[in-house]
Amino acid sequence: MSTTTLSPPPLGAAPVTPIRPPSPVRPRDFGMKDAALLALSALSALALVWVVFYQLTLLSGAFGFLVCWYAVFLAMYWLASAQMVDRMAASDRVVTVAVVTGAAVVIGLLLFVVLWVSFKAVPHFSWHLLTKDQKFFQILGPHALSSVGVAHAVVGTLEQVGMAALIGVPVAVATAVFLNEVGGRGTRLVRTVVTAMSGTPSVIAGVFIYSILIINHVLGYSGFAAALALFVLLLPLVTRTTEEVLRVVPSGLREASLALGASEWRTVWSVVLPTARSGVITAVLLGVARAAGETAPLLFTAFGSQVMNYNVFSHPQGALPLVVWSNVRQAEPVLVTLAFEAAFVLLVIVLVLFVAARVLGRTRTRGRRRGRTGNGRLFHRNAQPVPIDLPIDIGGNYR
Amino acid sequence: MAIATDTAGLPPSSPTPSPIVVRNDRRTDDKVFRGTVRAAGLGSLVLLFFIGLFLVLRGLPALHIMGWRFFTTSGYQTLGAHPSFGVEASLYGSVVVALVALAVGVPIAITTALFLSEYAPPWSRRTLIALVDLAAAVPSVIYGLWGFFELQPNIVGFSSWMSHHLAFIPIFKVVSPPVTASLFIAGLVVGIMIVPIIASVSREVFSLAPPGEREGALALGATRFQMIRSVVLPFGRGGMIGAIMLGLGRALGETIAVAIILGETFAISPHILQHGGTTIASLIAIHFPSGGPHGIADLLMCGFVLFLLTMVINLAASAIVNRSRSGAGVEL
Repeated sequence: MSTTTLSPPPLGAAPVTPIRPPSPVRPRDFGMKDAALLALSALSALALVWVVFYQLTLLSGAFGFLVCWYAVFLAMYWLASAQMVDRMAASDRVVTVAVVTGAAVVIGLLLFVVLWVSFKAVPHFSWHLLTKDQKFFQILGPHALSSVGVAHAVVGTLEQVGMAALIGVPVAVATAVFLNEVGGRGTRLVRTVVTAMSGTPSVIAGVFIYSILIINHVLGYSGFAAALALFVLLLPLVTRTTEEVLRVVPSGLREASLALGASEWRTVWSVVLPTARSGVITAVLLGVARAAGETAPLLFTAFGSQVMNYNVFSHPQGALPLVVWSNVRQAEPVLVTLAFEAAFVLLVIVLVLFVAARVLGRTRTRGRRRGRTGNGRLFHRNAQPVPIDLPIDIGGNYR
Repeated sequence: MAIATDTAGLPPSSPTPSPIVVRNDRRTDDKVFRGTVRAAGLGSLVLLFFIGLFLVLRGLPALHIMGWRFFTTSGYQTLGAHPSFGVEASLYGSVVVALVALAVGVPIAITTALFLSEYAPPWSRRTLIALVDLAAAVPSVIYGLWGFFELQPNIVGFSSWMSHHLAFIPIFKVVSPPVTASLFIAGLVVGIMIVPIIASVSREVFSLAPPGEREGALALGATRFQMIRSVVLPFGRGGMIGAIMLGLGRALGETIAVAIILGETFAISPHILQHGGTTIASLIAIHFPSGGPHGIADLLMCGFVLFLLTMVINLAASAIVNRSRSGAGVEL
């Protein structure tokens, strides 16, 4: 990068003081000066974009402003860093900012969506929403919201998802056992197909159940038909996660069991599955949480209903996502509010399932992460970068 | 594997014991066990096959009526003497929404994956990964609700800003003014929804990049970005492509969020910022049991087109991801 040309020392002169090597540049050092650089880049970009955006081009829209500001900020930060340190460090810093922003956007959006739904729903929430159905809905009533509820939908969702889990979990666990414990021909094909199936559009699952059972009146619109559609979606999700869990059961346990003369199914039933129990429960709960939020497969199977129907095997049944879907674009504000309440209840159910899955699966995940090869963080965390004036093009054509 | 020793013919006090017979064939119960789990495993293949089969069988009447024009016709006029329906506009809409979603989602997802695997402090990593997984579990109807009531009013300004200043690029031009309920907004919401799946698969692949090469790059003086560019990304390339394709499959099939935002208008227009357009999945969700037998056949055929499209993409993606996970795709 920087080459210093030395003129030959004059003859007979006193030996020149040795040239000090340039002090090592540490690209990942981040001191007060760098923090100030970051902040000032952000600020100046803000000022510049504000002038251009609002004063010169007379535009509006917070989102457009944000996007422009961010782009200008990155450019400015790169230029400033390149001036103050060097271009290599500048790229590194800009990428760091971009990466952190990406993660922040994801987490921020998640929190935004969850809190937004909660703030919309909580002020109108009352417990009778969970005890009444939509049978006595009068639009013009002074207390319209106090006469309706989503109880029918809560019951429907729980029954359908529970039924789907009841059918799906044994099949999914058996498939995972096949993939991981038994193996043999077809394993790779099944694994690939199961992964691909986990991306089946959810609407297709509903249409499939409709076309195979409901269209020729084998089954009417019912919660059970919805459960079958959810089963199609649940199966690959639970299979994949369970297989990951079975994979980390130490093979020593299996070998010990087999060496003691136990049969294969005994080994799986009494050794492998109990060892993986918490992980399997996590897998099931995560799958159920995903299935509970699905709307599209229920449209042509459960069909939706305004009244309570406990019987999962006959007659249309309500479900929380269906309440949201059928009320969200209504003109009547009470119905829209009801949609928000249903969304909120649904969100709470999903969150509870999710947190339960995480809590129950905690021991497994921790052990697994430690046991596996990490990403080598332990080593290069404290490694000191050497001066960057290396004649090797590391960043470029490595491959 | 199960080894049974046969000691029945061994008298207790015989001076010369007869040799122990070791049977290496499986017991009956293990045969039953293997048969059962294999049946479960192959059951998912059968299930997938049946999904495709029944969609085609029940959808064929649509092709009988429309012939190949099914693929070049838009609309849903299924009743009456001159039915006219087809998949063209909705297929176009699906692809456009998916492409917008990828354009929005992929950069966010990849940077998130890099953050989780390379930048996040170790103590926070578990929580952050759980949060990203949670984002995948949030029901799509809730994203739709949010997109319709919260995002759309705030994005309209940006849409018209783009249409004013980037109109020289044809896709950003707006011919008929309202900019709500556009393919762009639907794609934006779907893009947010596919971030978690792309991020979590990519993160897994990134964290499998060999530590030796990482340390080598850092020891040679690479900055963290240079290390990522020269080690992590090349090693994770296959898995990353697979993850993006999985996200593409999800984006094509996303139903309810799109249906809430788009509604349904059969329009094929290259101007993604303006009102109008529909996707296959949202078309099915909005119309399904209506439209008489022709309508159902039409929607089932549309569903089959979507199924085929996502299956091809997903099968390719999962083959790529499985290969790069097992390490077979890594070459030095």
